[in-house]
Order: sequence, then C-alpha cells, then structure tokens
Amino acid sequence: MEGSDTKESGREIVVPGELLATDTKKAGPGTFTDGGKVYAAHLGIKSVRPDQITVVPLSGQYMPLRGDLVVGKIVDIGPSNWLVDINSPYPAPLHVNEVPWRVEFGETSKFMSMGDIVLLKVVDVNESKRITVSMQDHGLRKLTGGMVVDVSPSKVPRVIGRNGSMIQMLKNDTGCRIYVGQNGRIWIDGDLDNIVRAVQAIKMIEDEAHSLGLTEKVKRYLETSSKKGA
Amino acid sequence: MGKDVMADLKRDHISKMLAKGVRIDGRRFDEMRPLKVEANYIGSAEGSARVTLGKTQVVVGVKVILGEPFPDTPNTGVLTTNAELIPMASETFEGGPPDQESIEVARVIDRGIREGHAVDLEKLCLEPGKQVWIMFVDIHVLDYDGNLFDAANIGANAAFKSAIVPAKRAGKGEDYPLPVKHQPISVTAVKIDGKILVDPTHDEERVADARLTVATNETGNVCAMQKGLNGSFTLDEVFKIVDLSGKIGAEVRSRL
Amino acid sequence: MGGAPIPADIKLIDESGRRTDGRLPDEMRPVKIEAGVLARADGSAYVEWGLNKVMAAVYGPRECHPRHMQNPERALVQCHYNMASFSVEDRKRPGPDRRSHEISKIISEALTHVVFTEYFPRTSIDVFIEVLQANAGTRCAGLTAASVALADAGVPMRDLVASCAAGKVSETMVVDLAKEEDNFGQADIPLGYVPRTGEIVLLQMDGDLSPEQFNKGINMAIDGCKKVYEIQRDALKRRYAVRTVDSDVPPTNLDSTKEGM
Repeated sequence: MEGSDTKESGREIVVPGELLATDTKKAGPGTFTDGGKVYAAHLGIKSVRPDQITVVPLSGQYMPLRGDLVVGKIVDIGPSNWLVDINSPYPAPLHVNEVPWRVEFGETSKFMSMGDIVLLKVVDVNESKRITVSMQDHGLRKLTGGMVVDVSPSKVPRVIGRNGSMIQMLKNDTGCRIYVGQNGRIWIDGDLDNIVRAVQAIKMIEDEAHSLGLTEKVKRYLETSSKKGA
Repeated sequence: MGKDVMADLKRDHISKMLAKGVRIDGRRFDEMRPLKVEANYIGSAEGSARVTLGKTQVVVGVKVILGEPFPDTPNTGVLTTNAELIPMASETFEGGPPDQESIEVARVIDRGIREGHAVDLEKLCLEPGKQVWIMFVDIHVLDYDGNLFDAANIGANAAFKSAIVPAKRAGKGEDYPLPVKHQPISVTAVKIDGKILVDPTHDEERVADARLTVATNETGNVCAMQKGLNGSFTLDEVFKIVDLSGKIGAEVRSRL
Repeated sequence: MGGAPIPADIKLIDESGRRTDGRLPDEMRPVKIEAGVLARADGSAYVEWGLNKVMAAVYGPRECHPRHMQNPERALVQCHYNMASFSVEDRKRPGPDRRSHEISKIISEALTHVVFTEYFPRTSIDVFIEVLQANAGTRCAGLTAASVALADAGVPMRDLVASCAAGKVSETMVVDLAKEEDNFGQADIPLGYVPRTGEIVLLQMDGDLSPEQFNKGINMAIDGCKKVYEIQRDALKRRYAVRTVDSDVPPTNLDSTKEGM
C-alpha cells in the first residue's frame, strides 16, 4: 500500500487473529494458539526472537503485574485501607498492613488524604484480577510536590528505554527526579522550567514511540531547549 | 477510575505554567486552537458541517421540514436546537435523556443564532398561521476536549451557509438556499488564577473559576452571552472578553 | 424489509443486469475505513460505506457500571448503536428506539464471541456506534467499525469481525443493498463473520427466499465480509505505520476520508 510502510526494519504491524507461526512452543505474550498455530491476540508490533514470538502492544489498558512500580492517587479512604487509582480497570486497595506506619483502625485519614499521590509496588494479582499493592518496599512513599504526567501504558517501555537509557538521559539533562510508573503515570520534580522540558520530551516520546530515530530527536530537543521557559 | 482522576492533578501544572505566561499546550492567552470546518458533511441533512477545534469534534446537522408555526408567532418559521453529548465523546458523558450540560449547550447556541438573526425566520413562512418551515439544528459531539459552545456555534453558522430549503420534496416549488441573514459567532473564555484564556481545553475548563461565552455579529454588536461555572467576573473582565470576542469572532467569520 | 410496490420509474435491475447505482449483483459499494480518529476514546474507527457514514468508539475495559451487571469471570461487551437525528431524510427524534436497542444487542453478542473477555473479569468494554449518515446497511457498517475500534483500543480478540449484507431485488440475489434496494427489495440478510474461522456471529434475515436463494445470498454476504476484512486490516496497519522521523516525504494522501478526519 503506497505510503504506508508497515514492514520497516522488521517492524510489522499485526492485527488480532493474524497468523504468526506454526510452532506453538514459540507462543509468547500478546499471542494465542489455536489448532496448532500461533496468532496475534491484539493489535501490535510483531517481535520475532529465536525462541519466542510476541506482539508488542500499541495501545490498551494498564493490566497490573506482580512487581510493577506504579504511581497512584488516593481516591477513597476506609477505616482499614485507602483505595488507590492506578489507572487500571481494577481498583487497588492499600491495606494498613502494607504501609510503613502503624495505623490504628479508623485512623487512616490521619496518614494519607484524598488526592495524595503515592509510589507503590504491585505485590499480587489473583486470577480474579484482585490487586494488592504495598508501600513497604524501599523507596516507596507518598510523593509530595512535583507534577504527574500521563502517558499511554504501552509507551512506558519507550520512556524508560533499553536498560533505562532514555529515562537516564532525561534525568541527567533536566536534573529532575523522575519516577516512571508501569501504569503510565510519571512523577517529575525539580526546577519548574526543567519539569516543563521533561514533560515536553516525554510527550514527544509518547507521540513518536514507534518511530525510528526517536532517541536522536529527543536528544536534539533537550539540547536546543536550554534551561529557559517553555 | 483512570482519565478523569487526573484532571485535578493538572490544576497545579496549569497554574504553574500560567504564572509563566504560558498555557499547557503552548498557546497565548488570546489564541484559539486550530480550527477546521467542513460544510456539507452530511448528505442526508439539508445543511451540515463538521468542526474540529483542537481535539474537540462536533457535527452539526440542519433538517428543514414543514410544520405549523407557534401560535404567538404566526408569521415566522420555527428554530429548535438540540445537543447530544454522546458517551463516545467522553467517558464523562452518560447516555440517556439530555442532562443539564447538553441542555445548556443547546440553549446557548440557540440564543446566539436566534438573537443574532442568523436565519431570516420570517422568510420561512409559507402560509401565516398555518404552514411554515421548521428548522432543527442538531449538534452531535463526537470528541470532547472543551469548548463545545464555540465549536457548535461555528458548526451551525457553517451549516446554515450551505443549507437548502427542501421545497421540492415537499411539493412547494424548487429548492432554494436557506435565507441566512447574519453570522453571529461566539467566543468563549475562562478565568483561571485571574487570567483570561480564550477557547479552553477540557483540562482548563475543569479547573476554571468562571466561564463567559459572548456571541457577536458582523456589525460588532453583542447578541448573546452566557456566564458559567461557580466563580465570578469583574466588570473589566467582562468588557475584556466582549472585546476579544468581537475581534476573534470577526476572524473566525472570515474563514467560513 | 421494504417490499413496497416499486415506483414505475425505478428499475432495481435493468436490462444489462445493473442495479440502480450501476453496480453488478456481486459488486459492493466503496468502503473506506480510518482507525484511531478520536482523541478521547480508547479506540475508534470511522467507516464510509457507500453513502453511509458511521463512527465507532470504544472505552475500556473499564470498571463495570452498573455494578450489579458485573460478571465475576469475564468482561461485558456492551454496545450502544444510535442514529443521529440528521442521519436520515425524515429527521429522527434523538435517542434510542426499539430498532436501536435490538441492533445494539446483536452487535454486542457478535463482538462478545471474539473478545477474550476472560482476561478482564468484572469489567465492561463499552462500544458506541453513531450513524451520522444512513443509506442501508448501517448495522453492518457499525459492526465493521466497532471491530476496528476494539482492535485500535488494544482489546485482545481472536479475530476481527467483518460484516456485510446480501439480499434479493427483482428476483435477483445481490450483495450489499443500498437504500432503494432495501426499501423496495424482497429480502435482506445481514451477516457478521469471523474471517479466520468462518464462524457466523451475526445473522438476520427478513423477506421471502427459497433455500437456493438463501444459500446463494449468504455466500455472497460471506464474500463481501472477506473483502471488508481486508479493508479493516489495512486501516489498522496504516494507523500505526512506522515512519522515519524527519522524513522529507510528506505523508501520502490516502483517501478523502483521511483528509476529512
């Protein structure tokens, strides 16, 4: 199809139900098997490795996985837990046993309020998709100040980059503290002008996540937009 | 859960940027978003337009049918405006019968085009007291990112400009253009942290203190206004917005 | 089904076997599809099918409302089909009527069959179909658009669902009825089809058909679905076509729909 390069540098877009392989042992995330063959389960980029074929998603809701770091917001408070929105179809209750403080029954609002931003870890997701989150690991806490930015969860790997290279570049250049939640929420704190530059760079990554030459473009943006107002 | 949760968080972001004289999308305070107008978008309607204002997308359809005039205005055609804020356009829109939001949008658009005499309703009278043309203006919101008032108003004006009266189908002679008289254009502004911002996005609307929509005609006269939200304006702020509306309205009008 | 007496000046099939719009019996109307056309929805698609203009949007999977409708093991696929008041020649009062409710139901059922609903217990996947301009076959265009919108939203599915109708006019079996053919024809068979497996997930019929005519008609509809599937797939691939940043080549103007969107 003229003008639509769907197969460039091996980046092939596949649609749900599209045939990927005939060896079911190679079925990886984003695929399903039927009648001895492997098919794409959702729209995405086909990724072929010697031992596995996966489909990298281009869109979709955030589905929590055990071990994920997430940036959440307190949206409700009960006597023994806080309800945290983690940008997922599933609510995440944070129980008083999962925070570093000793909280008496009914005292929950003394520790965290509605609207508070928190950095949490997903400790469990059961078959019924009931989520358990915790603040008990090192570094997890309530986040104050700074700014939270949303990106599509499928773009998070690009924001982080291979071995964290992209996010490290952003942190080094802007001097901001940045926490990237797997749920697509990113917390940034620092000098306001630098926060603005970080936000712009992140938006650029989101818009062009699957284009080639993205790292260069982001680098150029950071270099040309020196520490001044947006 | 999800998107709307973030709206409150953005307030801080917006305020900090405004303090530096910039809006989060980089616009000036008196700048409208990119506007795209396509007239004659819907063939089944007598007049129509699709308007894209930033990420807000609306379709306005005009249907003209024969009917009876209102008893107190036997010599004029009938104009009725309806707005559908359908759930597709935003996760905050619920389906069902029109709610306060959609009713307000419809009535404000209606006020602008009626008081601004967009259409010469007297020319839509076929037989005084007995038969007139009835104009239905239906606003259909497809994608919501703030400022339905202006997007829909521009859509209505664009739809009128290319609309026809379907006389032939009704056995009343040949089709002819809808008798358009004026082009009342509305411009909406919000106040955030004491600053006046034109053409608010959804994020801006959500954190604004007050909102004012002003419709002006090509004569420069004001024909309709609507203040919204729970905050207030000073008199100077009102005059400033009226002035802005006249200027920006003229520019929008020139593009129809 | 219309089945109304045909006005004297209309020939549904003329001497050379062509239909009122010049098509042959097995010819479909032109179909254009664009994916990802709305900013706010999780997924969306716009279909122009002959003179039909249909928009579909998907939100979800998301928390299921109303709560009491939640399924503890699966997502609910809830489709809402609606026609805009200006979409038809005689203005339609806003809001769903009984026909819209029925169409919403059968489309929900068709899509539920292909979506991996078991991955999202207790949620709802909400699909909205708006007909902006109607010219027969809106439920087929709607289901076609909804499938693309679901894929655009990243919802996992076993396949896309393609949809097309066939019917009978002047004793001739034809594919993809246009408005006049629907009004004055003798039978209508809308079909929803899963191309990979051949499963039929939507099927209605009204009119008068012999078993042979029905057999011919449903096969014409299936062929139509296969053609539609190629267009659906192409729309999704184009949506995310990988491009090189800073390319000097301006994007090809693919079709007028794209221009409009």
